[in-house]
Amino acid sequence: MKHLLSTQDLSRANAIRILDTAEEMSAVGDREVKKLPALRGRTVVNLFFEDSTRTRISFEAAAKRLSADVINFAAKGSSVSKGESLKDTAQTLSAMGADAVVIRHWASGAPHRLAATDWIDAGVINAGDGTHEHPTQALLDAFTMRRHWAKLAGTESEGANLKGMRVAIAGDVLHSRVARSNVWLLRTLGAEVTLVAPPTLLPVGVEKWPCAVSYNLDDTLAQGVDAMMMLRVQGERMNASYFPSTREYSRRWGFDDNRLRTLDRLGMKDTIIMHPGPMNRGLEISAAAADSPRSTVLAQVRNGVSVRMAALYLLLSGDTREPATTPVLATAGTTPSTKEAN
Amino acid sequence: MAPSTGTYLIRGAAVLGGEPADLLIRDGIIAERGAGLSDDGATVIDAAGLVALPGMVDVHTHLREPGREDAETVETGTRAAALGGYTAVHAMANSTPVADTAGVVEQVYSLGKAAGWVDVRPVGAVTVGLAGEQLAELGAMADSRARVRMFSDDGICVHDPVLMRRALEYVKAFDGVVAQHAQEPRLTAGAQMNEGEVSAVLGLAGWPAVAEESIIARDVLLAQHVGSRLHVCHVSTAGSVEIIRWAKQRGINVTAEVTPHHLLLTDELVRSYDPVYKVNPPLRTDADVQALRAGLADGTIDVVGTDHAPHPSEHKECEWAQAAMGMTGLETALSVVQHTMIETGLMTWADFARVTSAAPAAIGRLADQGRPLEAGEPANIVLVDPAARWTVDPFRMATMGRNSPFKGRELPGKVVATFYLGHPTVLDGELNTPHPSAAQPAGAA
Ligand SMILES: [Zn+2]
Repeated sequence: MKHLLSTQDLSRANAIRILDTAEEMSAVGDREVKKLPALRGRTVVNLFFEDSTRTRISFEAAAKRLSADVINFAAKGSSVSKGESLKDTAQTLSAMGADAVVIRHWASGAPHRLAATDWIDAGVINAGDGTHEHPTQALLDAFTMRRHWAKLAGTESEGANLKGMRVAIAGDVLHSRVARSNVWLLRTLGAEVTLVAPPTLLPVGVEKWPCAVSYNLDDTLAQGVDAMMMLRVQGERMNASYFPSTREYSRRWGFDDNRLRTLDRLGMKDTIIMHPGPMNRGLEISAAAADSPRSTVLAQVRNGVSVRMAALYLLLSGDTREPATTPVLATAGTTPSTKEAN
Repeated sequence: MAPSTGTYLIRGAAVLGGEPADLLIRDGIIAERGAGLSDDGATVIDAAGLVALPGMVDVHTHLREPGREDAETVETGTRAAALGGYTAVHAMANSTPVADTAGVVEQVYSLGKAAGWVDVRPVGAVTVGLAGEQLAELGAMADSRARVRMFSDDGICVHDPVLMRRALEYVKAFDGVVAQHAQEPRLTAGAQMNEGEVSAVLGLAGWPAVAEESIIARDVLLAQHVGSRLHVCHVSTAGSVEIIRWAKQRGINVTAEVTPHHLLLTDELVRSYDPVYKVNPPLRTDADVQALRAGLADGTIDVVGTDHAPHPSEHKECEWAQAAMGMTGLETALSVVQHTMIETGLMTWADFARVTSAAPAAIGRLADQGRPLEAGEPANIVLVDPAARWTVDPFRMATMGRNSPFKGRELPGKVVATFYLGHPTVLDGELNTPHPSAAQPAGAA
């Protein structure tokens, strides 16, 4: 794996390899010394053209647990003020000897540009680009779902997929990189995905996506859902007439207390409630839902570090073998030698 | 009187792709057309296997001068035009300052004369500063030495319906035409690419077809209402072709243009996020490409216009959303049209001459362009080797722009020679010298 740019071009074997590696990494997080020497001497740059403290510290923790050197680079420039040029920044990082660049950018496709041009030779991880993709978020969501799904089946997570799992994703799909990455990845892993949104917040062309589309959250819940993922709704959408008011939005498309009770009433005792964060409590999700035992919000944050460790490890370990032939780390839970990292 | 342009005998060229004939060029005109003409004193050009066409006329060129000489100059842009087979180009008004006064259009006209590679016909802005608020001095531009007949705010749509109506009415006074960049601004705020299946996946803000079609529908009705002449720039959607076809059937005086890139490329290319494919209007779908080809073949679309839009490399070496919109086109237009329209059997070389020369000259009211290749006519001629194939290399082009979306493609057809008013501006596929009437010395370095 040279880059991790999107989940759309991620094969099932590679996706499962990342998730399995993340399981091994997760075991490290449970130890007293939460650190592996695997990426000692390698440099990971967190290149953020858009603020996201959550994502940055998650990647930073992941890189540090693998003993990599971490440089945080908050680039200036936004969609309105031009600021730092991507090309100049990339060439600067290249000159500094970056081995991997974790890039967050407000412009869709910016990570692809880094990977496709000769501006920098490092591996590129997309940490969220515009309204395009956020592959590590989808991977941590899938990791969280897979653990839950395997536990219900009474099997191991490793090697498993999400066959038969019914996942509903509700909210602003049009502007959501999380939704896009999840649709592709969950489909690849065998889950059945339904998008639930007001028609104004679905992209033209969504009918070609490998998922179902619903305008009615209650109908979708009534048909049975194993994982309910709520997407953050930006208040500014209201000013652009995507919906009449936040109150109407949360009544029709928010996961409120009534809908939380509906899960109980319909006997869906094992349904989990997910959110990529940060949450607008009271808008797309009620406080009771966010804090209920069904909520996986904190588990998602925890799993994010494991998944990002796995992504960094697979990018930088130089292991380009086809998956499913050899385990990535010699044995789960054991500390690999630094040799494997080079 | 124009200085002497020498005597040339083109021997055995297939005129408009038909039977081979000889063309004797003397004093800027085609002196004789026939078989076995005497070469007495003439420079003979063996044109066996070549097609002779009337010099091409571009209705839509961005020469960038004045103001953006880092992107293109009249000199470099018209060299590119000559190499592409053109003998006339219409220079769009979105320069800095905007070509919205007699002074600016005369400046561009003079720069074209001084360069001497092609006839440069300035397009005047419809509104002051392209701001869409008040009419520019259309009459003064029409009466100027540049004799402007085409007016356009290209790059920006004249979206105010009252202003558009007034412009259409006003240009009737001097037989002008309003060339509309059809783009409903509210429907395209922040738009990055065609809205559809691909934009949904890429997460790029969509530019819906309806934003073009709704303006065209409005404008053809306005043109009918006030009895004026409308030209629609760079038609890009199947729906637009249908609306224009309907308008023509009703006798509305509308002409339409398609770019070479919209005849060949689709929004699938945007999946690379390479801004060389970023253009306005955006690349559309294959269904649109097929409808545009059919429209050009059946005469619904009158002309091919390049929308040649050079940009400095830093405006393309960046994120998609930051990149400038536009593509170069002067040096690839002939090849792309041969590839998409002639090699597909949709058109003949005679049709090619109509859509690249006669019809655009008629729209721009250029009396000595787009003429038949007959004795007594101005000698604006291009010789094409239709069997040649070449691989597009933007770094070997005369334009300063390196933003060719055809980079690396193999295309058919090569311009061997271009005669501009009797003078070869291109010979053996290479730039020769400007027309001797040019003010500056020939063969500038
Ligand atoms: Zn335009």
